[in-house]
Amino acid sequence: MDLSFIAQEIINGISLGALYALIAVGYTMVYGVIRLINFAHGDIMMVGCFIAYFLLLKLKLPWPLALILSAILTGFVGVLVDRIAYKPLRDRGAARIINLITAVGVSFFLESLFVVVLGGVPRAFPVPDIFNKEFCIGNVYISMATIATIIIGLICVSILFYIVYKTKIGMAMRAISVDFETTKLMGVNVDRIISFTFFLGSALAAISGFMWAIQFPSIDPYMGIIPGVKAFVAAVFGGIGSVIGAVVGGLIIGILEIFIVGFLPDLAQYRDALIFLILIFTLLVKPTGLFGEKLEEKV
Amino acid sequence: MNWYLRIRKLIQKKFPNNKFLHRYFGLIAFIIVGIISLFIGNHVNEFWQRLIILSAIYVIMAVGYNFSNGVAGQFSLDPNAYAAIGAYVAALLTMSPETKENVFILEPVMKPFDKIQLPFLIATLIGGLAAAFSAFLIGIPSFRVRGDYLAIITFGFGEIINVIANNLVSLTNGALGLKGIPEYTTLAWAIGWAIFSVFFLWHLTNSQVGRILKSIREDEIAAEATGINVFRWKLFAFTLSGFFIGIGGALFAHYLTTISPQVFTFFLTFNLLIIILIGGLGSIVGSAIAAVLFTFAFEILRVFEEGIHIGHINIPPIPGLRMVVFAILLIALMIFRPQGLFGDKEVSIK
Repeated sequence: MDLSFIAQEIINGISLGALYALIAVGYTMVYGVIRLINFAHGDIMMVGCFIAYFLLLKLKLPWPLALILSAILTGFVGVLVDRIAYKPLRDRGAARIINLITAVGVSFFLESLFVVVLGGVPRAFPVPDIFNKEFCIGNVYISMATIATIIIGLICVSILFYIVYKTKIGMAMRAISVDFETTKLMGVNVDRIISFTFFLGSALAAISGFMWAIQFPSIDPYMGIIPGVKAFVAAVFGGIGSVIGAVVGGLIIGILEIFIVGFLPDLAQYRDALIFLILIFTLLVKPTGLFGEKLEEKV
Repeated sequence: MNWYLRIRKLIQKKFPNNKFLHRYFGLIAFIIVGIISLFIGNHVNEFWQRLIILSAIYVIMAVGYNFSNGVAGQFSLDPNAYAAIGAYVAALLTMSPETKENVFILEPVMKPFDKIQLPFLIATLIGGLAAAFSAFLIGIPSFRVRGDYLAIITFGFGEIINVIANNLVSLTNGALGLKGIPEYTTLAWAIGWAIFSVFFLWHLTNSQVGRILKSIREDEIAAEATGINVFRWKLFAFTLSGFFIGIGGALFAHYLTTISPQVFTFFLTFNLLIIILIGGLGSIVGSAIAAVLFTFAFEILRVFEEGIHIGHINIPPIPGLRMVVFAILLIALMIFRPQGLFGDKEVSIK
């Protein structure tokens, strides 16, 4: 148990945590605005991965272009999902549970649709050569993919912060999260803002999917479930609805997961269960997560 | 639904004042259909017989799940955990010590289970009780939160149980699962348990207990203000629900004869969720009918997944098609008829 081992574990943890954080930010954005737990977020990430896969393999696009294009296309998939599945419920003012069930349905739909169309066999993601490089400091290895994940993640979160806090559309998003009806009365086109939120969330999912695929280059229609669930845990842990919470939660969950495997190898198989136990414990102590706002119950 | 309306009209005309028959129409109809299918099941080939058994098992699990989700309105996502607990416990109790010795090749089976062998009924009951007890334990922390968060926490517990089933090798044989479970689930057992569950939960739902639970579902704060101990009643509904799902799991294990963690994933929860939503949250007979419809539809769609050859027309096999169909069905149901086929009313004549 020397120092370089610990440093390596921390770097691996941050590498995985940055991925979870990026996915969790997408979850939290949609929840923050319309109070919908988008169970299908992990599957939208999968869709993004497959789009990037075809762009890289069939159209031979350079990777930055493929990344941006897959983000935009996946963004539109997200808008489509919202329009078809969630908007009719919103218009009717359906109970929150109905929304949650629909999201579970969308998740299963996307998975099985891709199984029907593309088959369930895992495919190798064509990782661009640049990401395969590794740096070595002493005995600690850092891969280019890790560095790229952290840099691109930081860029995405900064852009997101700019949009949410410095632009008019961001102001409208924050207004909707506080009071849906009043925002409508102020003349804000609520549907367009919500579509934009879904676009942003799904585009983020596609980017995180790309980053996931360059670190774990095997993609299949069910690949979104595990990262989706973990990122979801991270988002709830950090306080769902809060962007900072999602980032911190993602990093904590990622580092914890690597630490459990690295330092407690006996419990390695139980890591998913332990992660969930941590989540359950957090929710019981502080039901809104680390950074979540308290929701008052109106009688 | 034409024949159903016709029968209803006939009864309305023939017995205009028979309140008993009006109120219990759905329940009586279900029991009659159950008894008829018991007789039919003994005279058809094995495919249909197994289908009837499977429907009955789904009926048990669905009405159990509906009791906590629909009647008490506590949206949970972990029935797969209780089905797994019921299945594993009951299977460990009915398998003969020799079989267990052969099956557990990685690690020998845990102490009390290596010698025990119990009759089917007792094993099923113990399986159900074990599931009920775990539901009780899970319920205590879970009901401190509600709504979306309750769904998340119970989802987490469902995953935890699955991880444990995969890794607690001396009790579950890990990912290999249990093989050589005696095929005890006959037509009579399955239908008998199905009728008992529907009868029992129907009565409970349409009694004072049911009204208490429905008041909690409609408005928790108002229920609390009238002096109902909300936490205790939620826990009661959850525990009872766990018991019936556990019974269903135990029967399921002795129907499949081979169980592994793969059988009890979130997929099972998804199927049960579709069933109780089709039947209508809170309608016991509704979810029983939906369970039968679902099981038959699921098996019929299997034909498409395996491909059809009629003369010269070949429809190639389409794996995964069933889940696409059911996912679309679920989304459409939520958009167009969120209350399900029967709403939260029991099938009756008004």
